[in-house]
Amino acid sequence: MPDPIGYRRPDPATQPPYDLPTYGSTRPRHPKQPLVRVPHTLSEVTGPRMSPAWYAPHDDLSRHNGKEALGERIIVAGRVLDEDGRPVRGALVEVWQANAAGRYHHPADQHDAPLDPNFLGRGRVFTDEEGNYRFTTIRPGAYPWRNHANAWRPVHIHFSLFGAGLAQRLITQMYFPGDPLLAYDPIFQCTADEAARNRLIAQFDIAITQPEWALGYRFDIILRGREATPFEDGAGAH
Amino acid sequence: MTAATTSQTAGPYWHLIDFPEWADLLRPDGPNAGIEGGERIVLTGRITDGDGAPVTDAMVEIWQADPEGRYDGAFHGFGRCGTDANGMFRFVTLKPGPVPGRGNQTQAPHVVLTLFARGLLKQLVTRLYFEGEKLNETDPLLQSIEPARRGTLIARPTGTPGEWRLDIRLQGENETVFLDV
Repeated sequence: MPDPIGYRRPDPATQPPYDLPTYGSTRPRHPKQPLVRVPHTLSEVTGPRMSPAWYAPHDDLSRHNGKEALGERIIVAGRVLDEDGRPVRGALVEVWQANAAGRYHHPADQHDAPLDPNFLGRGRVFTDEEGNYRFTTIRPGAYPWRNHANAWRPVHIHFSLFGAGLAQRLITQMYFPGDPLLAYDPIFQCTADEAARNRLIAQFDIAITQPEWALGYRFDIILRGREATPFEDGAGAH
Repeated sequence: MTAATTSQTAGPYWHLIDFPEWADLLRPDGPNAGIEGGERIVLTGRITDGDGAPVTDAMVEIWQADPEGRYDGAFHGFGRCGTDANGMFRFVTLKPGPVPGRGNQTQAPHVVLTLFARGLLKQLVTRLYFEGEKLNETDPLLQSIEPARRGTLIARPTGTPGEWRLDIRLQGENETVFLDV
């Protein structure tokens, strides 16, 4: 059996460190030993095939049990591509977020802001043949956290992505343009590369915006590319 | 070429995408319903941090081959489990077979573990091997790790038939070997 084609290693400036002193929770949780680099085998270049048959899509977070959630309805759409610009087809995209008041539907969230019985804040969509995904939700609110004095998380939506291979697995956060809290947020500020950081900010998009209905935001996501082009699209990527 | 999107922490509220049944890969209404053969096993362990405290809000995912060592067969070798109040995770699955490695080598049976949590700005990846496997002695990855740390990747039987345990230490004494994939 020929060796599988691996995934390219990221430029360290574009990815966060494990140890980030400005983000307190990293202190006891970052490994102190260097990571062991693994030449990619089938175990890293393959990944789970996430079929909608087993993982039912849910693309409208703006209502629950037939009732409208409170807040500003928005549409978030974009493409999932690899570093060579090739669409990642059939990728599972999971999202979760706080409600319009900045509170998660989660028992650990004790922020003094109202819960909305019509907003759970979780969704699941798949990319199409061109790598497009799309969901409808409510614009989340900012919320305080105890990382430092007067710490507030900028408005964000969490994204979890499965590409073709385990090495492409990504969890990230999407931010909103013009948020004054971005400048103070150590999680957003975690990369040395400013351009990479700014690609976490969605763009308002009038073409996604629907008249009399909802503003649209575009958020494209890039997963790692292969070290060489496989002969057959998705070869070895099951 | 545009570099891959920056990773961000899953934070403390990732349970909104937790579906506890996913930890049982053999659930009767799941993607592996009706799969025949293989040895049913339980994989468990405790995750602790550099202060020795249990990590009670981690998301653990597994990815593994089927009992014949194939990733492209009918078996869906993916599971997700949140750690509990004691930092414990628990998966029910089938024991994977040996998997082809690079250069016509053979990899010992193993399960890839991926951890996400508050305080991890990107995932941590490691592997779970099984104590007593002859192939462990020639596994390319295990053999590339210094012997003193190799044991952090090797699960041991708990005494309950079919149950294996591997504790994970994020930092400090007996720190788990994490992999740069």
